[in-house]
Amino acid sequence: MTTAPITASEGTTTADAHLDHGHHPDLRMFGVATFLVADGMTFAGFFAAYLTFRAVNPLPEGSTYELELLMPTINTVLLVVSSFTFHRASKELMASRMGACRGWLLVSALLGVAFLGGQMLEYFTLPFGLTANLFASTFYALTGFHGLHVTLGALMILIVWWQARQPGKFTPQDHFGIAAVELYWHFVDVIWLVLFALLYLL
Amino acid sequence: MTASLTPIAEPTPAPSLQPSGWLRYFSFSLDHKVIGLQYIVCGFLFYFVGGALAGVIRTELATPISDFVSREVYNQVLTLHGTVMIFLWIVPVVNGGFGNYLIPFYVGARDMAFPRLNAVAFWMIPPSGLLLISSYFVHGGAAQSGWTAYPPLSLTTPATGQILWILSVLLLGGSSIFGGINFIATIVKFRQPGLKMMMLPMYCWAMLGTSILVVLATPVLAGTLILLSLDIVAHTGFFNPGLGGNVVVYQHLFWFYSHPAVYIMVLPAFGLVSEILPVHARKPLFGYVTMVYSIMAIVILGLIVWAHHMFTSGTPPWMRLFFTIATAFIAVPTGIKFFNWIATLWRGRLALTTAMLFSCAFIIQFVFGGITGVALAQVPFDVHVHDTYFVVAHFHYIVYGGTVFVIFASIYHWYPKFTGRMLNEQLGHLHLLLTVIGFNLCFGPQHWLGLNGMPRRVAEYDPAFTFVNQLSSVGALMMAISTLPFLINVIYSALGGPMAGNNPWRALTPEWLTSSPPPVENWRGAPPLVTEPYGYGHNGSPIDLQTASGRDLWSTEP
Repeated sequence: MTTAPITASEGTTTADAHLDHGHHPDLRMFGVATFLVADGMTFAGFFAAYLTFRAVNPLPEGSTYELELLMPTINTVLLVVSSFTFHRASKELMASRMGACRGWLLVSALLGVAFLGGQMLEYFTLPFGLTANLFASTFYALTGFHGLHVTLGALMILIVWWQARQPGKFTPQDHFGIAAVELYWHFVDVIWLVLFALLYLL
Repeated sequence: MTASLTPIAEPTPAPSLQPSGWLRYFSFSLDHKVIGLQYIVCGFLFYFVGGALAGVIRTELATPISDFVSREVYNQVLTLHGTVMIFLWIVPVVNGGFGNYLIPFYVGARDMAFPRLNAVAFWMIPPSGLLLISSYFVHGGAAQSGWTAYPPLSLTTPATGQILWILSVLLLGGSSIFGGINFIATIVKFRQPGLKMMMLPMYCWAMLGTSILVVLATPVLAGTLILLSLDIVAHTGFFNPGLGGNVVVYQHLFWFYSHPAVYIMVLPAFGLVSEILPVHARKPLFGYVTMVYSIMAIVILGLIVWAHHMFTSGTPPWMRLFFTIATAFIAVPTGIKFFNWIATLWRGRLALTTAMLFSCAFIIQFVFGGITGVALAQVPFDVHVHDTYFVVAHFHYIVYGGTVFVIFASIYHWYPKFTGRMLNEQLGHLHLLLTVIGFNLCFGPQHWLGLNGMPRRVAEYDPAFTFVNQLSSVGALMMAISTLPFLINVIYSALGGPMAGNNPWRALTPEWLTSSPPPVENWRGAPPLVTEPYGYGHNGSPIDLQTASGRDLWSTEP
């Protein structure tokens, strides 16, 4: 029997009590990744609903699925570029150049804010409101839920940007905050690409 | 394991703002054992609320006319009953409760992977439960659309109660997702060095499968409820046919979560039973590897069978065919698990403790619920009994005859570990007897009612059904009474029960290899590495496999 004998464990105390505390692995990134899987499933549900609506629910007379492409295309470029600038920021972090890292973080956040501005501009120029028809409602729900993610992401980038001004807060070895926000930011970017293809191109 | 002979003084705990003693059970404690017990006790409080609501339902149904409560109140009561029992009692207790208490022991850790997230997940539950129950007192009352909240019903009933219901379920879903992330990280990544996945006790595998379902399915419900609340508040038309929307999309998205939710409620129960049976039968768990693969098969199949709830919703024939076949397939891994449990009991040295007897009652009742489940998966039969009391009976045989019986078995099994004291077995047997008779008297006749056409969720019925409904109500009364010996037992034994010692059941899983109740960091000294959690009944002399009969393989315990 390979288990510890039961009698031996009763009231056992060993000299090395409480010494194995340093062994905890850092699982925070694993947790963030699992959370993003869950978050992605929320979007998957929305996409499934949208595709089913398009397949089986005809729009009322006179409404259309056509949308202006210019503004959202610019927005797509902004968001994709911000993913690259964030990647650049973590490259600088790994090289311990915190000044450059903070600069690229700020650029990423500002690109995110610019995306939100573009989204707002699009909202105000669209010919339909939230309750105009099923496509309009789905459009606003999907882009709105994604926009909420971009808003939170931009705020989180600004937070790590602010935190990074303290020397030693993020090091090449220990930089959970920046790594987590980066993963989240790429996730939001990928979701946008899917959303863009489904809402604007399909 | 080496035990040093010099007794060492109790290690001084690190200075902490956490209260100690009983106060920590009311605090934002990070100790997984405290959080587990918080989940269990909180769950039991909501169980009594949900049980009282069930009492209102059965009292109303004792007569064919609507006389005890008004029809609107009846609808609110059945909505609250379903929601409280599922989201505030069963899911938190079998996942959060026993999961938090046991999983860190089983992986050889001092706590969960994310203790703070764990405490946050628990403390989301009491406020959302109170929010849900308090919705009864707002203008228009609580939600009236059942725990499924199908539109257009949920769009036309009073909005305030429905919105509070959605908020509450969203919070509870969030709590569930946080818990699921924590369990996955703890089981997959937090094991002590040397402990391989295939050495883990079966409950770990059950919780891993459950947590995968939680993480994949719960967010879809959250998204759906957000769309539903937009329909109610902003008058969009996602699920409103009057505005060009589609109610069937709601049903698809809802059941994409809520069918896996059945497995979220029952897989942990499978895991707990797999822990209890080997200990009280003094035999290794039969078919460990097939158990693991069955759990994972149930997880995968559980995600692709949701539309069997929608056979009367105008689903196209190919979809009916697919979902019937996929659902029938779930009987295979589930059947494997049942045969494994029976083989675990077979020729074991059974100790007929209350925990063991509750587990056996679970096996019988869950098989019955499973058989009616396979019947319901067949389209012609389902169309006949859809939305009748047959479905109510089937469902309660799964979640009450299945999971709740396992919760009681687990309380009887782990209470000595939780408190350091034994429960009274006579009172336990009385509790078991009343519960088994009351449960079967309450829900058995409902199969007949459903087959003969009594619809569910209606306060009034054909007077021809009166007698059978009264039988069912008497059964419900017995179930209510059966709680008394349990409560007396739990409270009395906590104060004056005989001391349990560290390992009253002579079990081999790691939670028993420490004191009862365990110290804050689970073990004094290094955690034991348990590579064979079910190594019961081994003896030194090897058996000649060529000549031995099956009986010899486990009847030769020293």
